[in-house]
Amino acid sequence: MANVFSEAFPIVASDYACAGEASAKIKSLLKMIGIDPALIRRVTIAAYEAEMNMIIHSKGGMMTLEISPDTIYLACDDTGPGISDIDKAMQEGFSTAPSNIRMMGFGAGMGLPNIKRNSDTFDIRSCQDGTCLKLKFNINQKGDRP
Amino acid sequence: MRISEVAEILKCDLVCGAQNLDKPLSSACGADLMSDVLAFAKDGCVLLTGMVNQHVIRTAEMLDVLCIVFVRGKMPSDDICALAETNGITLLCCKSTLYEACGILYTKGLPPCSRL
Repeated sequence: MANVFSEAFPIVASDYACAGEASAKIKSLLKMIGIDPALIRRVTIAAYEAEMNMIIHSKGGMMTLEISPDTIYLACDDTGPGISDIDKAMQEGFSTAPSNIRMMGFGAGMGLPNIKRNSDTFDIRSCQDGTCLKLKFNINQKGDRP
Repeated sequence: MRISEVAEILKCDLVCGAQNLDKPLSSACGADLMSDVLAFAKDGCVLLTGMVNQHVIRTAEMLDVLCIVFVRGKMPSDDICALAETNGITLLCCKSTLYEACGILYTKGLPPCSRL
């Protein structure tokens, strides 16, 4: 795979003041290199949902964006505590977010399903040591797939 | 429907973003849960919400939402306005409840996101 670009974005647990900054940078980068706006929208929504999940639920981690000529890769790796039941977490409306998160407008249980809906390939693995989410977005097909 | 018409119909105060007033809107999304906004809002929609924090602006930024209407007389703080201005987002405030504001715009012909 010939990557033309790669950048990593550290995500700090419970850093709500900076929430969305990594995803905004990703959006800006994709705009700068001329990616189709509908595809940018899909990647940005998935990135923002994943970023919020890491800030709310994890001990922190890293989002890594890689862009090859035909694919955008987004990897989200955190250091735990992991998702105990991925099947449940994939159900719309299922949420373990505490009330203070819901007061901010998040934790509706739409995150992971929305990430899957917006990505072309979705892979998630989780254990107590952390969650690894790998997303792929095809550059050469029409952007507004979902 | 243009943003200026939304402002007039709902008797809104303009907080910032006058540069977008002539821009057209495709639809409207009314929600306090930003997770729902991320799942359902469409391009070119106006977001009506009773939630007032910087995450609303961030969510709008991700979705290229050009205009946010804060309902129930809520006013955004200076830091929220600054973030909206940085991202070119128009902020309006109205006294109506979320239900009333959405209903009024619906009767004036602005479609919901779900019908697009």
